[in-house]
Amino acid sequence: MLRYLVPVAVFAVLVGFFFRGLYLKPSEIPSPFVGKAAPSFELPRLHDPEQRLSNADMQGSVSLLNVWATWCFACRQEHPVLNEIAESGVVPIFGLNLKDQRPLALRWLEQLGDPYAATGFDGDGKVALDWGVYGAPETFLVDADGTVLYKHIAPITQDVWQQELLPRIQAAQSRQ
Amino acid sequence: MIVRLVLCFLLMLGFSASLLAIDSEPAFTDPALQARYDRLTEEIRCLQCQNQPIADSNAGIAADLRLKVKELIAAGKTDQEILDYVVARYGDFVLYRPPFAPRTWLLWGGPFLFLIIGLLVAVSVIFKKSRLVDDEDELEVEETG
Repeated sequence: MLRYLVPVAVFAVLVGFFFRGLYLKPSEIPSPFVGKAAPSFELPRLHDPEQRLSNADMQGSVSLLNVWATWCFACRQEHPVLNEIAESGVVPIFGLNLKDQRPLALRWLEQLGDPYAATGFDGDGKVALDWGVYGAPETFLVDADGTVLYKHIAPITQDVWQQELLPRIQAAQSRQ
Repeated sequence: MIVRLVLCFLLMLGFSASLLAIDSEPAFTDPALQARYDRLTEEIRCLQCQNQPIADSNAGIAADLRLKVKELIAAGKTDQEILDYVVARYGDFVLYRPPFAPRTWLLWGGPFLFLIIGLLVAVSVIFKKSRLVDDEDELEVEETG
């Protein structure tokens, strides 16, 4: 009896592992910053290089930091969702324009709408490197005190917004 | 035929371009520093293209990290400090050899676990088979006797 049960059991365990594997996303690597203070940064703003954008601007309320670029195809797909979030007024979105060209980025916001409370211009990607960004789009959810609460890799879709971000944002806002 | 040859040639051009694209010149002139640079960039995973180390990836993040490693070496950081720097930002997964921690016990111990299971199975099979042979011997003895 055992000699038949053992292979079946081994097979069942393998199927379990493979089934789990179907729903894992190896391309999305958890951020080591979740639960810790966001890395400090200071960038010139996209619209006005004389002005700065830093952690201080994000303090005081729960906010999103969205990494985007005009060379990033998926960012174009994500943009309408960002516009909707901005319109809803649930949470301010700060932009981090990654390794881009200023005129292109400005034109992008003119054409597609500007959902950002403010956008920092990270021309050489140094700040993004400090934040552990390895692609675009990536979005950090940052608490009012500057703690990173969550990181979403890949575009924000309506589903992602409803299921991953909004509940966390509401939970964080209700704690204040 | 000619079209195919031309296509082949174009393909080869593509490959040669991508081979040459990783930094056109060595990071350091000092061979000792260059050796450290080579070793570290082989040790750090490119998260954009996960089965390549940053040493031979064309992804933007890999180039940025190569530059960062170069800067940190030039700034006199030790290898461990540099690896800690990337791990602090990108997590253990960025290392090809993640640290031995409770989360990675199964990862590091898995092969040995399977080795032990295999050995146990092998021993039990050999043990059973050897008893079978004994039985047959006894039978033969009985028959001949």
